This record gives sequence, structure tokens and C-alpha cells, in this order.
Amino acid sequence: MAGARVLGTAGPKKAKKAAATTGKSPRFYPADDVKRPLPSRKSNKNAPYIRPSITPGTVLILLAGRFRGKRVVCLKALESGLILVTGPYKVNGVPLRRVNQAYVIATSTKIDVSGADVASIDDSYFARSESADAEGEEEFFAGDAAKPAVVSDQRKADQKKVDAAILKAVDATPLLKGYLAAKFSLSKNDKPHNMKF
Amino acid sequence: MGFSRYVEVGRVVLINYGPEAGKLATIIDIVDQNKCLIDGPEDITGVSRQVIPYKRIALTDLTVKISRNARSKTLKKAWAEAEIESKWEKTSWAKKLASKKKRANLSDFDRFKVMVAKKQKSAIIAKKMKQLA
Repeated sequence: MAGARVLGTAGPKKAKKAAATTGKSPRFYPADDVKRPLPSRKSNKNAPYIRPSITPGTVLILLAGRFRGKRVVCLKALESGLILVTGPYKVNGVPLRRVNQAYVIATSTKIDVSGADVASIDDSYFARSESADAEGEEEFFAGDAAKPAVVSDQRKADQKKVDAAILKAVDATPLLKGYLAAKFSLSKNDKPHNMKF
Repeated sequence: MGFSRYVEVGRVVLINYGPEAGKLATIIDIVDQNKCLIDGPEDITGVSRQVIPYKRIALTDLTVKISRNARSKTLKKAWAEAEIESKWEKTSWAKKLASKKKRANLSDFDRFKVMVAKKQKSAIIAKKMKQLA
């Protein structure tokens, strides 16, 4: 006989209770398997995780991409998880740009960027626009002549506006402008894992 | 060629290795050929009373006048009398250690400022050299 059964323990609720108190096998087992809830189709989008060392105003060193080695000011973290960054453009040629925090070293130097209004700039600002000319077979066979990048006036205006506020803060600290203009590089005997940024 | 720094009761030592590395301590008693008993004193240097092998310590020029196995209180008084802390800070050994530590903790911006300062210094020197030549 499989396990002693206790009287008065028939039925789903009573059996569970009896099993819990006496430790014997229950007298009632449900006919169907336990119903599992259907998988939910809701997707929970949380704020992206940004390293705590990267805050608005932190000077970052870009490690990869077109502007590798440049020291740049972080403006804010975008919803996609990328960091919005600016040179400022006048100082080192880096425009308003998105960078991935994985390719960045955050230094301990902070600049006051509270004066810069970047609330209107988000990921859609950087979305690619549909090119007006349709690429026909002609163009394909003609070979790739590098088309010069056309910077929209809106971008230029935004750049100027944002940089104006930041440059004020940059000029306040001595040597900071030269620091942002200089590139970062490793020289002999530099051990990045031992260096404090 | 004689020795001037002896392992003796009262010798101030610098710990080179272990959890207390970089701190000063005083030899209170000698255990045997390889190890000795040291004490901070704990209130001043943070090193508690312990046995430590000679391999882990470096002798300094400074000594304190204490008797063997002096109590921490007596040791503290002797340290204050001999002004060990201020004497140690004045030695070039201590200064070198401090500057090494400072260099290791420079931020990227600080390193940039050091580079600029070095360039300015060498510019001044080069200018002067040209004058003398």
C-alpha cells in the first residue's frame, strides 16, 4: 500500500492541507495535470543600463570608430542605450554623436553641462533619412564615388546651441580646452590596467 | 664597509609586503634569526603587534628609545618624543614613496597637465641653454 492514508483528507484542498501537516501521501490527486498560465506577450522595457561612471558632463575617451582617441563630453544617455556626446565641435571636430559605452573610457573629469539643452535630441534625431535619388543600375556600375556628407542646417544649429553652453564651462577651467583638443594615446611603459582615468 | 642600520629593539621599519605593506612599525623584540616582533604603535601607524619575518621589512635610519617588549602606551610616548612621524616625512625615501603614490593616482586630465608642465619647463631650459651657447 503506497503510503498510509489519513481519513477525512479527500478533496483537493483538504488533501493538500493533510499532506502538509502529516507528511503522508495525499488521498486525492487531481485528474488533470496542473494548468500552467499562458506565456505573456507583454514586453517590459526598462531603462538601459549605463555604467555609473558615465554621467552627463563626464569627459570620455573614444576608443573606436572615426574619432578614436578623441576626448569628448558626454551629454546624456539615450533610450537605445547609446550615449549622446559632443566634442565640442569647435574644439576637436566631434559633432553631436551617439557612441556605445562599450567603446569608451570614462575619465573622472566632469564638466558642468546643465546649461546645454539636449532634451529634444533622441534616437530618432539620428535616424537615416530616405535618399531622394533611387540607385539605378547605372550608378552601381559607375563605381562608388564618395558622396560628400551633407550636414543639415538643423544639425549645425543644434550643434552651435549645445556647444555654446558647454564651451562656457570648458573655458572656466584652465587647460581643459587643450585637454579636449588633444588625443589620447598609449606610450611605452603605459599600463592601461594600472592607470587611473 | 660597516653596517649602520641594525636590527635592534626600537628600530623603525617599513613593511614591504603583506596586508600592512607601506606602513611604518617598530621592532619591539627579536624572536629568532628570521623574525621579530613589531608594533605600530597601532594608534599612530595602524600596525598591530605581530611577528613578522625580516624578509618583509626594510630597516630605516630612525630608532626609538624603548626597552625590550615595551607596552604600546610607552611606545607611543617614545614615538612622540623622538618625533618619528615628522622625521620620516622629511626623508627622501618617504618623499619618493609619496610621489610614486601620487603618480599612480593621477587622472587622465592630471597627466595632461603634467605633460604641459614638462613641456613648459624644457622650453625654459632650452631657451637658457641657447643663451649660454
